[in-house]
Amino acid sequence: MSVAEIIESVLLLVGAGLILLAAIGVVRMPDLLIRLHATTKAATLGSALMVAAVAVHFGSVQVVTRAIAVIVFLLITAPVAAHMLARASYFLGVPLWRRTVIDELGSHYDRETHELTAAEEEELAAIEAALVRDRQ
Amino acid sequence: MGMLCIALLLGFVRLFLGPSLPDRVLALDLITMIGIGIIALYAIATDRSVLLDVAIALGLILFLATVAFATFFERSTLARRRRRERG
Repeated sequence: MSVAEIIESVLLLVGAGLILLAAIGVVRMPDLLIRLHATTKAATLGSALMVAAVAVHFGSVQVVTRAIAVIVFLLITAPVAAHMLARASYFLGVPLWRRTVIDELGSHYDRETHELTAAEEEELAAIEAALVRDRQ
Repeated sequence: MGMLCIALLLGFVRLFLGPSLPDRVLALDLITMIGIGIIALYAIATDRSVLLDVAIALGLILFLATVAFATFFERSTLARRRRRERG
Protein backbone atom coordinates (compact mmCIF):
# COMPACT_ATOMS: atom_id res chain seq x y z
CA MET A 1 0.00 0.00 0.00
CA SER A 2 1.44 3.31 -1.06
CA VAL A 3 1.23 6.55 0.87
CA ALA A 4 -1.30 8.01 -1.58
CA GLU A 5 -3.62 5.05 -1.08
CA ILE A 6 -3.46 5.41 2.69
CA ILE A 7 -4.23 9.14 2.48
CA GLU A 8 -7.05 8.39 0.06
CA SER A 9 -8.71 5.79 2.26
CA VAL A 10 -8.38 7.96 5.36
CA LEU A 11 -10.03 10.85 3.49
CA LEU A 12 -12.85 8.58 2.29
CA LEU A 13 -13.49 7.12 5.74
CA VAL A 14 -13.44 10.47 7.53
CA GLY A 15 -15.69 11.98 4.86
CA ALA A 16 -18.23 9.15 5.05
CA GLY A 17 -18.12 9.27 8.86
CA LEU A 18 -18.84 13.02 8.87
CA ILE A 19 -21.76 12.55 6.46
CA LEU A 20 -23.15 9.78 8.67
CA LEU A 21 -22.82 12.08 11.70
CA ALA A 22 -24.70 14.80 9.83
CA ALA A 23 -27.49 12.37 8.95
CA ILE A 24 -27.76 11.18 12.56
CA GLY A 25 -27.88 14.83 13.65
CA VAL A 26 -30.65 15.58 11.17
CA VAL A 27 -32.80 12.80 12.61
CA ARG A 28 -31.98 13.32 16.30
CA MET A 29 -31.91 17.10 16.76
CA PRO A 30 -35.02 18.82 18.14
CA ASP A 31 -35.64 21.85 15.90
CA LEU A 32 -34.96 23.13 12.42
CA LEU A 33 -32.15 25.56 13.23
CA ILE A 34 -30.22 22.97 15.23
CA ARG A 35 -30.69 20.44 12.43
CA LEU A 36 -29.40 23.04 9.98
CA HIS A 37 -26.41 23.53 12.25
CA ALA A 38 -25.74 19.77 12.28
CA THR A 39 -26.11 19.10 8.58
CA THR A 40 -24.58 22.15 6.90
CA LYS A 41 -21.11 21.94 8.35
CA ALA A 42 -20.63 18.21 8.78
CA ALA A 43 -22.13 17.15 5.45
CA THR A 44 -20.30 19.89 3.51
CA LEU A 45 -16.94 18.98 5.00
CA GLY A 46 -17.70 15.27 4.50
CA SER A 47 -18.46 15.48 0.81
CA ALA A 48 -15.56 17.91 0.30
CA LEU A 49 -13.20 15.34 1.85
CA MET A 50 -14.60 12.59 -0.38
CA VAL A 51 -14.05 14.72 -3.51
CA ALA A 52 -10.52 15.41 -2.23
CA ALA A 53 -10.03 11.63 -2.06
CA VAL A 54 -10.96 11.44 -5.76
CA ALA A 55 -8.30 14.08 -6.48
CA VAL A 56 -5.69 12.06 -4.57
CA HIS A 57 -6.73 8.84 -6.35
CA PHE A 58 -6.35 10.12 -9.92
CA GLY A 59 -3.66 12.75 -9.35
CA SER A 60 -3.80 14.20 -12.87
CA VAL A 61 -4.04 17.96 -13.42
CA GLN A 62 -7.56 17.91 -14.92
CA VAL A 63 -9.08 15.87 -12.12
CA VAL A 64 -7.39 17.86 -9.36
CA THR A 65 -8.55 21.14 -10.90
CA ARG A 66 -12.11 19.90 -11.14
CA ALA A 67 -12.04 18.53 -7.61
CA ILE A 68 -10.79 21.88 -6.29
CA ALA A 69 -13.60 23.60 -8.22
CA VAL A 70 -16.20 21.30 -6.63
CA ILE A 71 -14.79 21.79 -3.12
CA VAL A 72 -14.58 25.59 -3.39
CA PHE A 73 -18.07 25.74 -4.84
CA LEU A 74 -19.48 23.58 -2.04
CA LEU A 75 -17.73 25.59 0.67
CA ILE A 76 -19.00 28.88 -0.79
CA THR A 77 -22.59 27.92 -1.50
CA ALA A 78 -23.48 25.75 1.52
CA PRO A 79 -23.45 28.60 4.09
CA VAL A 80 -25.41 30.87 1.73
CA ALA A 81 -28.07 28.22 1.16
CA ALA A 82 -28.30 27.42 4.88
CA HIS A 83 -28.61 31.09 5.75
CA MET A 84 -31.42 31.62 3.23
CA LEU A 85 -33.26 28.53 4.47
CA ALA A 86 -32.97 29.63 8.11
CA ARG A 87 -34.16 33.15 7.25
CA ALA A 88 -37.15 31.83 5.30
CA SER A 89 -38.06 29.40 8.10
CA TYR A 90 -37.95 32.21 10.68
CA PHE A 91 -40.34 34.30 8.60
CA LEU A 92 -42.50 31.23 8.03
CA GLY A 93 -42.85 30.93 11.81
CA VAL A 94 -41.34 27.47 12.23
CA PRO A 95 -41.45 26.90 16.01
CA LEU A 96 -38.18 26.97 17.95
CA TRP A 97 -37.20 24.30 20.44
CA ARG A 98 -39.05 24.81 23.76
CA ARG A 99 -35.74 25.00 25.62
CA THR A 100 -34.31 27.71 23.37
CA VAL A 101 -32.52 30.19 25.62
CA ILE A 102 -32.66 33.40 23.61
CA ASP A 103 -34.41 34.70 20.50
CA GLU A 104 -32.64 37.99 19.89
CA LEU A 105 -34.65 38.82 16.80
CA GLY A 106 -37.96 38.14 18.55
CA SER A 107 -38.39 41.54 20.19
CA HIS A 108 -37.22 43.48 17.13
CA TYR A 109 -39.07 41.70 14.34
CA ASP A 110 -42.69 42.59 13.66
CA ARG A 111 -44.45 39.50 12.34
CA GLU A 112 -47.41 41.45 10.94
CA THR A 113 -45.63 44.14 8.96
CA HIS A 114 -42.41 42.22 8.20
CA GLU A 115 -40.31 45.09 9.57
CA LEU A 116 -37.32 45.24 11.85
CA THR A 117 -37.29 47.89 14.56
CA ALA A 118 -34.13 49.15 16.20
CA ALA A 119 -33.42 48.84 19.90
CA GLU A 120 -35.76 50.79 22.18
CA GLU A 121 -34.86 54.31 23.32
CA GLU A 122 -34.22 53.22 26.92
CA GLU A 123 -31.92 50.39 25.82
CA LEU A 124 -29.92 52.81 23.67
CA ALA A 125 -29.71 55.30 26.56
CA ALA A 126 -28.49 52.52 28.88
CA ILE A 127 -25.81 51.46 26.38
CA GLU A 128 -24.73 55.09 25.96
CA ALA A 129 -24.51 55.58 29.73
CA ALA A 130 -22.42 52.40 30.11
CA LEU A 131 -20.03 53.61 27.39
CA VAL A 132 -19.64 57.00 29.06
CA ARG A 133 -19.00 55.31 32.42
CA ASP A 134 -16.32 53.09 30.87
CA ARG A 135 -14.52 56.09 29.38
CA GLN A 136 -14.24 57.86 32.72
CA MET B 1 -20.47 2.65 1.24
CA GLY B 2 -22.36 1.15 4.16
CA MET B 3 -22.00 4.37 6.15
CA LEU B 4 -23.29 6.41 3.22
CA CYS B 5 -26.27 4.08 2.74
CA ILE B 6 -27.22 4.40 6.43
CA ALA B 7 -26.85 8.18 6.12
CA LEU B 8 -29.10 8.13 3.02
CA LEU B 9 -31.71 6.14 4.93
CA LEU B 10 -31.64 8.58 7.86
CA GLY B 11 -31.99 11.46 5.39
CA PHE B 12 -35.12 9.85 3.96
CA VAL B 13 -36.47 9.33 7.49
CA ARG B 14 -36.30 13.09 8.05
CA LEU B 15 -37.77 13.70 4.59
CA PHE B 16 -40.86 11.68 5.56
CA LEU B 17 -41.11 12.82 9.20
CA GLY B 18 -40.18 16.49 8.68
CA PRO B 19 -42.80 18.45 10.60
CA SER B 20 -42.40 21.54 8.43
CA LEU B 21 -41.55 22.22 4.79
CA PRO B 22 -38.06 23.68 5.48
CA ASP B 23 -37.25 20.43 7.29
CA ARG B 24 -37.96 18.50 4.13
CA VAL B 25 -35.84 20.88 2.06
CA LEU B 26 -33.05 20.39 4.59
CA ALA B 27 -33.38 16.62 4.18
CA LEU B 28 -33.20 16.98 0.37
CA ASP B 29 -30.08 19.12 0.84
CA LEU B 30 -28.49 16.38 2.93
CA ILE B 31 -29.51 13.65 0.46
CA THR B 32 -27.86 15.54 -2.42
CA MET B 33 -24.68 15.92 -0.33
CA ILE B 34 -24.70 12.16 0.25
CA GLY B 35 -25.22 11.74 -3.51
CA ILE B 36 -22.04 13.73 -4.15
CA GLY B 37 -20.21 11.46 -1.72
CA ILE B 38 -21.53 8.30 -3.40
CA ILE B 39 -20.52 9.62 -6.83
CA ALA B 40 -17.01 10.32 -5.54
CA LEU B 41 -16.81 6.79 -4.14
CA TYR B 42 -18.13 5.30 -7.39
CA ALA B 43 -15.59 7.30 -9.44
CA ILE B 44 -12.78 5.78 -7.36
CA ALA B 45 -14.26 2.24 -7.45
CA THR B 46 -14.69 2.18 -11.24
CA ASP B 47 -11.60 4.31 -12.00
CA ARG B 48 -13.59 6.76 -14.13
CA SER B 49 -12.72 10.41 -13.57
CA VAL B 50 -15.57 11.66 -15.82
CA LEU B 51 -17.98 11.08 -12.95
CA LEU B 52 -16.58 14.15 -11.19
CA ASP B 53 -18.50 16.29 -13.70
CA VAL B 54 -21.70 14.73 -12.40
CA ALA B 55 -20.70 15.82 -8.90
CA ILE B 56 -20.22 19.40 -10.18
CA ALA B 57 -23.70 19.40 -11.74
CA LEU B 58 -25.24 17.93 -8.58
CA GLY B 59 -23.57 20.63 -6.46
CA LEU B 60 -25.00 23.36 -8.73
CA ILE B 61 -28.49 21.86 -8.56
CA LEU B 62 -28.22 21.56 -4.76
CA PHE B 63 -27.49 25.26 -4.35
CA LEU B 64 -30.11 26.43 -6.85
CA ALA B 65 -32.83 24.19 -5.40
CA THR B 66 -32.25 25.32 -1.81
CA VAL B 67 -32.14 29.01 -2.73
CA ALA B 68 -35.24 28.66 -4.90
CA PHE B 69 -37.17 26.91 -2.12
CA ALA B 70 -36.10 29.54 0.44
CA THR B 71 -37.16 32.41 -1.82
CA PHE B 72 -40.45 30.68 -2.50
CA PHE B 73 -41.17 30.22 1.22
CA GLU B 74 -40.39 33.85 1.95
CA ARG B 75 -42.53 35.18 -0.90
CA SER B 76 -45.50 32.93 -0.08
CA THR B 77 -45.44 33.96 3.61
CA LEU B 78 -45.35 37.62 2.69
CA ALA B 79 -48.14 37.21 0.14
CA ARG B 80 -50.35 35.38 2.66
CA ARG B 81 -49.75 38.09 5.25
CA ARG B 82 -50.61 40.85 2.77
CA ARG B 83 -53.80 39.06 1.79
CA ARG B 84 -54.79 38.76 5.44
CA GLU B 85 -54.26 42.50 5.92
CA ARG B 86 -56.48 43.31 2.97
CA GLY B 87 -59.21 40.78 3.68
